[in-house]
Amino acid sequence: MTRPIARRVIILGAQSAIAEAAARLFAAEGSRFILVGRDQGRLNEICGDLTVRGAAACTTAVLDLAAETNPQAHMRAWVEQLGGLSLVLIAFGTLGDQFETEKAGPALDETLAVNFTAPARWAMAAAEVVEAQGAGTVIAIGSVAGDRGRRSNYAYGAAKAGIAAFMQGLAHRLEPTGARAVLIKPGFVDTPMTAGFKKGGPLWAKPHQIAAAIHRAADSGGPIVYAPWVWRWIMLIIRALPAFVLHRTRL
Amino acid sequence: MGLYAPDESFTSWGRVERRAYPVARPRFASDLAAAINAPDRPATVLPVGLGRAYGDSCLNAEGGLIVMTGLNRLIQIDEQGLILRAQAGLSLGEALRVLTPRGLFLPVLPGSQFVTLGGAVANDVHGKNHLMHGSFGRWVRRIGLQRSDREALSLASNDPGGLFSATIGGLGLTGAIAWVELGLIPIDSAYLDAEDVPFSTLDEYFQLMAESESFEHRVAWIDCTQPGRGVFTRAKMRDDGDLQPGRIEPRISAPFDGAGFLFNGLTLRAFNAAWAAAARPGTRRVHYARFFFPLDSVGDWNRFYGRRGFRQYQCVVPEVTARDAIPELLRAIADSGEGSMLAVLKAFGPKPSPGIMSFPIPGHTLALDFANRGDKTLRLLARLDEIVLEAGGRIYAGKDGRAPPRTFQRMYPRWLELERLRDPAIRSDFWSRVSVT
Repeated sequence: MTRPIARRVIILGAQSAIAEAAARLFAAEGSRFILVGRDQGRLNEICGDLTVRGAAACTTAVLDLAAETNPQAHMRAWVEQLGGLSLVLIAFGTLGDQFETEKAGPALDETLAVNFTAPARWAMAAAEVVEAQGAGTVIAIGSVAGDRGRRSNYAYGAAKAGIAAFMQGLAHRLEPTGARAVLIKPGFVDTPMTAGFKKGGPLWAKPHQIAAAIHRAADSGGPIVYAPWVWRWIMLIIRALPAFVLHRTRL
Repeated sequence: MGLYAPDESFTSWGRVERRAYPVARPRFASDLAAAINAPDRPATVLPVGLGRAYGDSCLNAEGGLIVMTGLNRLIQIDEQGLILRAQAGLSLGEALRVLTPRGLFLPVLPGSQFVTLGGAVANDVHGKNHLMHGSFGRWVRRIGLQRSDREALSLASNDPGGLFSATIGGLGLTGAIAWVELGLIPIDSAYLDAEDVPFSTLDEYFQLMAESESFEHRVAWIDCTQPGRGVFTRAKMRDDGDLQPGRIEPRISAPFDGAGFLFNGLTLRAFNAAWAAAARPGTRRVHYARFFFPLDSVGDWNRFYGRRGFRQYQCVVPEVTARDAIPELLRAIADSGEGSMLAVLKAFGPKPSPGIMSFPIPGHTLALDFANRGDKTLRLLARLDEIVLEAGGRIYAGKDGRAPPRTFQRMYPRWLELERLRDPAIRSDFWSRVSVT
């Protein structure tokens, strides 16, 4: 078994349940963290836990990640604070309300911005750093919803499809440098984002299962990682469904 | 978005009652305060953990539930001072995963690792080492409590209002337990040396319990199909330096509901014979997870009992009456024809708990489970209640789903003190049932 590696980790959207579960795995290895999110109190709660679990350092930054227009400056400052960069995890996002987005107003803009424009912007800023280092990984969290547009969530799905293509291209760009980019595509996950859904059954995963995939992806694999892996095959079938079949469903 | 969403996934471990509830799942301390004070809060709520209570003490049919498992962060581990402070939704299994590699351990462990710290406090759980360490509540140093009618509280054992001692064993009724500060014990190994000693009469059990003083952990399994026969297991922690923590995920899971009719006299005898045959002579080295949580390696094992679920019965009878009462209980079960798959007999020592509603009293405790066969099962349990009352004993609230109020109130004469300190916004099906006057 290889020795666990203490990493220098920046988590954007650190309050997400999946991000926190992943952070615990890196904390147990003695990693150093910068957690970025919207609420100081909540970030402190998470930081405290990570520190007890073994994190060598944990600091927080309160920021509206979707609204920030100069990510490079933040990224440079954080990397300097950490003394290098092993991993950037881009975990913020919003499921939004498909019904609201269909009004062609601010809800649509927000869904697209929070799930595509902003993550792409932050990934680009992170890429600059890992490319220059010739090492390090940028991981973003997408969704199987991006694999095929469906009436129930195609605005969200379109943004997630966009970030998938973006991360795929970024992985291609970084390949010669030794740095990496990975998109994690979870299926159904039991998190606050999906509160109110009817859960249970074999397809619903827990955040810690997605976290394990993120932990593995920090070292190898990608550029597209389905989590749990069974979704690769499920989505292969969903993508292959002829439109006339899909259109008869309410998926 | 509202804090409460309809959710039908929550049942108690016995699965006799099922319905959909408005459920809040706080992830941060501020969510918990909001869930208790939210304008869209159901009229009453009940904070619950991992739903391992068997009966209705973790159900609230008239209101909502606050599922605490998202509040599962560690706050502090003081390795020198042997102290753990963590949010109440942390499971004992998770805590052990973090503590064990550091040579630290929870002093009291119930039969499942899928119990939250808050649940362990609210039920004042006990283990196989009560003679040596007392109940879980004895190790609680401070409790963070979130009530609907006060600011967040931090309670110590000298709390003048009595809330600390009412919260230990208080079934979650005094407020939502937000965090717990707990004393720990040092260990030099994650393994135990365990030894099985078969016995053929209850007298031998009492003898073995008395003469095994040097063993921290002592438990007996009783064969209900042949009263008196059983296997006595005694164990102590090793000191071999191997601090590998246990796994959390079950190895296998019950993929669907079993059928209640499978639990008949024939299977019962077969199961009990197999259990007796599995006892191995000599000392074996066994990991803590396998020793303390043998049933956890099968996820959702409660589903084997089928859609009607099952009832668990646990009582304690005082030392002085135990030698008559335990055989009488076993006779009543044999006469009823309702066998128990797993009958477990342990001893409680004199170390007191601060909890005013704490279950353990010095004596012997018998735990049984019965497939739910409606009235037939209920009649048997009522008969067992009579024997227990007669012997000056009591039943364990966390496992009960049917005791009549008068029975419960006679067993727990201090119940009115808990009722006085109950958070007015908190209610459980159990408490509504047993607090009727």
